[in-house]
Amino acid sequence: MTFPHYLSTLSLQQWVSESLLCVSRDVEKCLSKSTFTLQDLPILLSPASTPFIETMAQKSQQLTIQRFGKTMQLFIPLYLSNECMNTCTYCGFSREYTYERLTLSEKDILAEGHSLAQKGFQHLLLLTGESPKKVDARYIQHAVTLLSPLFSSIGIEVQPLETPEYVSLIQAGCDSLTLYQETYHPDAYKAYHLFGKKKNYHYRLQSPERAAAAGFYRMNLGVLLGLYDFRFEALALAYHLHFLQKQYWKIHYGVSFPRIKEMVGTFKIQYPVCDLDFVKIICAFRLIFPDLLISLSTRESPTLRDHLIPLGITQISAESNTAPGGYSGSTAEKQFEISDHRPLSDICNTLIQKGYDPIFKNWEPHQTSSLVK
Amino acid sequence: MTDLLKIHDKTFDSRLILGTGKFSSPKVMKEVLIQSGAEMITTALRRVDLKNPEDPFTVTIDPQSYVFVPNTSGARTAEEAIRIAKLARPISHWIKLEVNPEQHHLLPDPVETLLAAEALVKLGFVVLPYIQADPILAKRLEDVGCATVMPLASPIGSNKGLETKEFIQLIINQSNIPVIVDAGLGAPSHAAEALEMGADAVLVNTAIATAQDPVLMAAAFKQAVIAGRLAFLSGLPQVHSQAHASSPLTGFLHSE
Repeated sequence: MTFPHYLSTLSLQQWVSESLLCVSRDVEKCLSKSTFTLQDLPILLSPASTPFIETMAQKSQQLTIQRFGKTMQLFIPLYLSNECMNTCTYCGFSREYTYERLTLSEKDILAEGHSLAQKGFQHLLLLTGESPKKVDARYIQHAVTLLSPLFSSIGIEVQPLETPEYVSLIQAGCDSLTLYQETYHPDAYKAYHLFGKKKNYHYRLQSPERAAAAGFYRMNLGVLLGLYDFRFEALALAYHLHFLQKQYWKIHYGVSFPRIKEMVGTFKIQYPVCDLDFVKIICAFRLIFPDLLISLSTRESPTLRDHLIPLGITQISAESNTAPGGYSGSTAEKQFEISDHRPLSDICNTLIQKGYDPIFKNWEPHQTSSLVK
Repeated sequence: MTDLLKIHDKTFDSRLILGTGKFSSPKVMKEVLIQSGAEMITTALRRVDLKNPEDPFTVTIDPQSYVFVPNTSGARTAEEAIRIAKLARPISHWIKLEVNPEQHHLLPDPVETLLAAEALVKLGFVVLPYIQADPILAKRLEDVGCATVMPLASPIGSNKGLETKEFIQLIINQSNIPVIVDAGLGAPSHAAEALEMGADAVLVNTAIATAQDPVLMAAAFKQAVIAGRLAFLSGLPQVHSQAHASSPLTGFLHSE
């Protein structure tokens, strides 16, 4: 069974309704347990769980420290290109914006890589838009090959690819994949993705399976919070993780919950997610998936990031720039504006003050190999 | 009384081995190592940057002061574990073999572990394999030349203690090489119990690193390990699964 088929068997909308009808007693009963399952998610995300948010946070913190210790992994995104042939109404790279597009040359890539490696970053995330002619799997593979001598871990967040293409990227030294469905609601997906290959909801939905079959070590899934009802999205994402964990049990899974930012153009957020619900989502995922990697980007404000650090997060970015060439002086257009502009040293000091060891290296690149020969 | 732990060609006073992950800072880790009295430490090679002379781990901890055993944590296959071990060779030919393809509970793969152990022993490594508490696997690893076996007490990081006690006891009873109980020991009493059972040593990380006061907890584990060993040596009355009465029914057969 593929995930799209599995997803069609789930009563997500009904569980959202049940979540809205939960009462205090349901939450109390749920939180009295020592382990949690997917069936607890509607309760943990319900409006009725609000008075229990501190209990959820405490449990989340305890589980995170038990599994990951008092450590925080640091990573940095590197945008290879802002070319894109898709129209996605919420995205700064959307094709109809007429600014000049930039795809990094070999020289640019190395300049960016050296700049980031010098700062001490060892875990790199490579990003692109979706422009298959200019930025295809071979281009990305070449970028990985160029950068792998400089970093201990390289991940990609690029357009969905085919399994053999993923295999070639792993063989070039890429160990992890990030791919967000954006929204799991088919109609909402259709309303935001108007043109280009990304219009194909099902192709994207099956991409994590194609990538898993290629043998990535870590896979990071997520939803873009703000596109549709967060309870629906969280449930779909949780069941997606559950499905993949059973099918592809060798992969270490992670999630991110990027909250959409108002971008260029006239895009208005339809389903804003407040800080309280954002914290609920993080804590609920931690309680249900104690071993899940949870990352937090610089989209969020410094104050909120500092408060979220001890609640279940395991990896954070710092000093991010969302424009290609942004670390070596390019003025190319950014995908979105970040909120936390603090330098890496400030982020590390904050972590240390909070009793967390900032971890730069947690991967041995010599190990990386595809399970597919 | 001299009671040393002997592994391969080295002897140790301390029967407490420490893992070095999850600490809030290298400084805390260093203080923990001092307080614990540990003489052997392990660290995931993926966490150490061998190219960087300023790597926080190597700057804080002098590998020469300890028997430093890099581990292959993160390896999914024998092939990957062997590759990591070879990378670690310049710093140590002792290797803690971990092949854990399942990243959520980090459970060891018995098939790949045996394959990797055999290959690494042939390459001249002193191999300390992390295993499920499987008595047959323990014997197979002894047969291929491993220096110890390191069965898990319960899932790593779970702090649940000796959930696999029955099987660890069988391993201890049958083993000709040191048995080090690894993973899942959550309290000094768990460590004491392992030593009382006859385990030669214990490896602890999470219980110390994530304690409110890791340094104090390290001291507590040190004492528990000493107490457990003394209890074992003093002939703790054992609970036996077979009757060991003083032959009240058949004693007459031996009387003159």
